[in-house]
Amino acid sequence: MEFKQIATIAGKEFWDRIRNRWVLAVALVFTVFALVIAYFGGAQQGAVGFRSIEFTIASLVSLVIYLIPLIALILGFDAIVGERERGSLDLLLSMPITRFELLLGKYLGLAAALTFSTVAGFGLVALVLAPNLELKALYHYFGFMLSSVLLGMAFLSLAVMVSTFATDRTRASGMAIALWFFFVLVFDLLLLGALVVTGGSYGGEIFPYLLMANPADVFRILNIFAMDDVRTLYGLATVFPRALAEPWLLGLVMLAWIAAPLAIATWRFRK
Amino acid sequence: MESFTPVPADTTAATAPVVSIRAASKYYGPVHAVVGVDLDVNRGELFGLIGHNGAGKSTLFKLMLGLIPLTAGEIRIDGATVAGSGFRAVRRKIGYLPENVVLYDNLTGLETLHFFARLKGVPARECPAALERVGLADAATRRVREYSKGMRQRLGFAQALLGQPQILFLDEPTSGLDPEAIRDFYAILRGLRDQGVTMVLTSHILAEIQERVDRLAIMSAGRIQAIGTVQALREQIDLPLWFDIRLAAADVDRVRDALGHLPIIAIEAHNDRITVQCRRDAKMQVLEAVARLDGKVLDLHVREPSLEDVFFGFSD
Repeated sequence: MEFKQIATIAGKEFWDRIRNRWVLAVALVFTVFALVIAYFGGAQQGAVGFRSIEFTIASLVSLVIYLIPLIALILGFDAIVGERERGSLDLLLSMPITRFELLLGKYLGLAAALTFSTVAGFGLVALVLAPNLELKALYHYFGFMLSSVLLGMAFLSLAVMVSTFATDRTRASGMAIALWFFFVLVFDLLLLGALVVTGGSYGGEIFPYLLMANPADVFRILNIFAMDDVRTLYGLATVFPRALAEPWLLGLVMLAWIAAPLAIATWRFRK
Repeated sequence: MESFTPVPADTTAATAPVVSIRAASKYYGPVHAVVGVDLDVNRGELFGLIGHNGAGKSTLFKLMLGLIPLTAGEIRIDGATVAGSGFRAVRRKIGYLPENVVLYDNLTGLETLHFFARLKGVPARECPAALERVGLADAATRRVREYSKGMRQRLGFAQALLGQPQILFLDEPTSGLDPEAIRDFYAILRGLRDQGVTMVLTSHILAEIQERVDRLAIMSAGRIQAIGTVQALREQIDLPLWFDIRLAAADVDRVRDALGHLPIIAIEAHNDRITVQCRRDAKMQVLEAVARLDGKVLDLHVREPSLEDVFFGFSD
């Protein structure tokens, strides 16, 4: 494996997103949403202004869980199939680069762009909120940022996998949207439905493990289990055993969610 | 024009074919895109590959570049099998210009070359010279989205020339080029051939390549129907020749009668011209008969079958 080749591809992907202002646009979206949530999140209760980091993060989790998977899937769904459809893939593969290096370079470049946007967007808000925050609150907020980055990378990995399976960009976009619906909207409903249908008598033991089969749920658990104040606000996650809610363990699960789709994508792309 | 420093040839392998294809086949389910192709291209040779759309040329190109796996057979480029781990090193010696080259619209011409130069391990300082070579120096800082089709094609060619490749694969390289650019393009190819660069190219414009390639192969239905020099292929297929004879108008009928006894295929008279069609083996008899016409012949032109005639002769 030649790291220089990976870095060349990754560098191009990253700078493409910087130049076309994708990174700036996404960072702005994150900043605006985070600021609005931080200052107006309690408006329904008749209060305006920053309340606490716990409630800000809880509100941001609800936002991020929809937004970041969608952005990551849109960012990566045509990584390979787009090159193939445009006709530039053959030229790239005629260079002294392996398919794995090309795939990994694409992924890392896109991941860098998404990470940069996420850190810049939410980091700016951290700077704004910093005077109101204690060290522990900042720690929670940075944990939230890190888990957001991992969530983005997991869904980006899924998107790149989709881009190796789809025969054209249209199908790839359809598959990406289907993945978003499944993981973000449908998955929890299916679990809840199964619990209700069985009256909670079956599957209670495997329920926490099933939650880990969804990176969006892992992200949610990672954030809400760190904060006692908000843990009770969530339905599904409250049945999650504390032993499994260790940040390092959930972090490993997230890493697995990044690695597994990439491994499948590599297998498919080589085929 | 940028000077070109030739890469010293490997003398031990100087006589071995640079491209060696043995029984190569590529099937897509029931579709046989390439069937049992055997082909050698020698060092420093400019080799043409012609065929109808769908004849298998582009698939064979992709097989030679290792972009798609073979169903059967073996392809070696500069001694390395395209499926082997050693092929990455060979790729550094290869330049490739795909058909309808697609580059990145958001990059400038120079940035495009910088990107490919990094992938090829070529110093960035070579890029301006490569642009100069294809006549794009003035457009170096313009974005590719502003380039015409011909300019994109030239940029693609500049990309293929990066790193002083020893082997060039050029798929429809003159597509979109104006006549002046085509002339310049072949001038560059001649220079490269003189420096020992091996080139394989395809073209639909047969008249354009018939005088320029050293040898060519005619592909049809995934198979190679014929390989050789243009002249050898003409002789192999034995298509008739044409004599265009210009005379004084008063002599036309007499000359037609005088040539009528020869083993010719057809003879036609139009005003002051007679056109004679004959088989190749009757060529000298016709020439001798024309020579005996003494002072009646004002002009004589012998037309060999064109590459197009040869192509249709083999591919049909």
